[in-house]
Amino acid sequence: MSYPENYRYTKEHEWVSLADGIATIGITHHAQEELGDIVYVDLPKAGTAVEKSKTFGSVESVKAVSDIYAPVSGEVTEANELLAASPEKLNEDPHGAAWLIRVKVSNPDEFSHLMPAAEYQTYVGAES
Amino acid sequence: MVDFGGWDMPVQYSGIVDEHNTVRTAVGLFDVSHMGEIEIRGPEALKLVEHVSTNAASKLAIGQAHYSGLLYEHGGFVDDILVHKVADDSYFLCVNASNQDKDFEHIRAHNKFDCEVEFASPRYAQIAIQGPKAIDVAAKLTAVDLNAIRYYWFADGEFAGVPARIARTGYTGEDGFEVYVAPEAAVAVWNAIMEAGTPFGIKPCGLGARNTLRLEAAMSLYGHEIGASITPFDAKLGWIVKMDKGDFVGRDALVKQRERGLTRALAGFEMRGRGIARDGYEVTIDGAAAGWVTSGSPAPTLSRNIGLCYLPVDRARVGEKIGILIRNQTVEAEVVPTPFYRRSK
Repeated sequence: MSYPENYRYTKEHEWVSLADGIATIGITHHAQEELGDIVYVDLPKAGTAVEKSKTFGSVESVKAVSDIYAPVSGEVTEANELLAASPEKLNEDPHGAAWLIRVKVSNPDEFSHLMPAAEYQTYVGAES
Repeated sequence: MVDFGGWDMPVQYSGIVDEHNTVRTAVGLFDVSHMGEIEIRGPEALKLVEHVSTNAASKLAIGQAHYSGLLYEHGGFVDDILVHKVADDSYFLCVNASNQDKDFEHIRAHNKFDCEVEFASPRYAQIAIQGPKAIDVAAKLTAVDLNAIRYYWFADGEFAGVPARIARTGYTGEDGFEVYVAPEAAVAVWNAIMEAGTPFGIKPCGLGARNTLRLEAAMSLYGHEIGASITPFDAKLGWIVKMDKGDFVGRDALVKQRERGLTRALAGFEMRGRGIARDGYEVTIDGAAAGWVTSGSPAPTLSRNIGLCYLPVDRARVGEKIGILIRNQTVEAEVVPTPFYRRSK
């Protein structure tokens, strides 16, 4: 599985891409694989403030609930409606169509401190 | 792999939902070698079994098994077990992995009948073949007439070329067999079953599917629905307690509990609002704390989110509206009949 080069990654297995001050946030391929069949996604509404390293939602597989942590701080502009009806998309396309939320970032520096793709790949390689 | 009471156990192979559906529609294979075995032998073996367990072992025929409870004097569960009658002077108990040491000590402590009580777990591996095609797969590997083994009966015989105990039992709500073999033979037996099962679509299954399957069938799991502070009456397991069989460990406490009246009862529920109940979540009625979820999960066969919970006994009625507290939000649920799933015979 390839991890997009233009994304940044967290140790908690979230990814984030940044364009025009808007961050798109999701969970990684590795995360969905570890979780297994995803059946429910709980996301914040537009307007909610999120804070770096604080939990903003959760993803549930058949087996368990996992908290999702914000890789960057800011205000939610959009939650992915696709996932309310089709949570299984997170297993199918975690780096694309099944993004979780978009956030207007308050501190763009936070993005650059996250792991680049190569580092994340080494990290998950070492973890498993 | 996860650590499960000291055992490296696979939670899933091809995925919990896929494994679950395979067991419901075809056949799945579980390595449940972590389960414990205890053997009780001697002229007074029946007396010891009757003394430490709640069900009436005197009613078992040779080759028959039943579900039973080991209780503390105070009426709570030491463990839930399967009792197999091997011979008039020999009983074979299948017990939970995480309880096997205390079970053994408990039985020994009550052995006033001079029985031989053996901690037999090191001598057995257990493989469960479960699903509507289980009998077809198993039949390819043994000369034992499997059709003659009724549900909750067993036979000893050769299986995949090795001596085995073949029991028509399971923890999935499906037909199937639990096969006990020597640990040295387990890998070869597993491989033989996988090969025999290939035409039937057999798949290896992990702990995750084992849990969703047993939950749909509303079978209890120790540490969840039952435990040291739960009696069989609380857990709707009165049917495994034979109060008229004579004295047994825990009976006095159960008599007192029945005189006082029950305060809580296990109930099945379905989520009505969006959300999944999980073990340990609080249950509310009219906004006030009323109980707790013992097991909760999506139910793959039913495409609903289900669970079991403890409620005040007068509220554990089908149709009762309850709330499940999920991350500080109350989500609506409703008490429904159990089991959630029953296979068509």
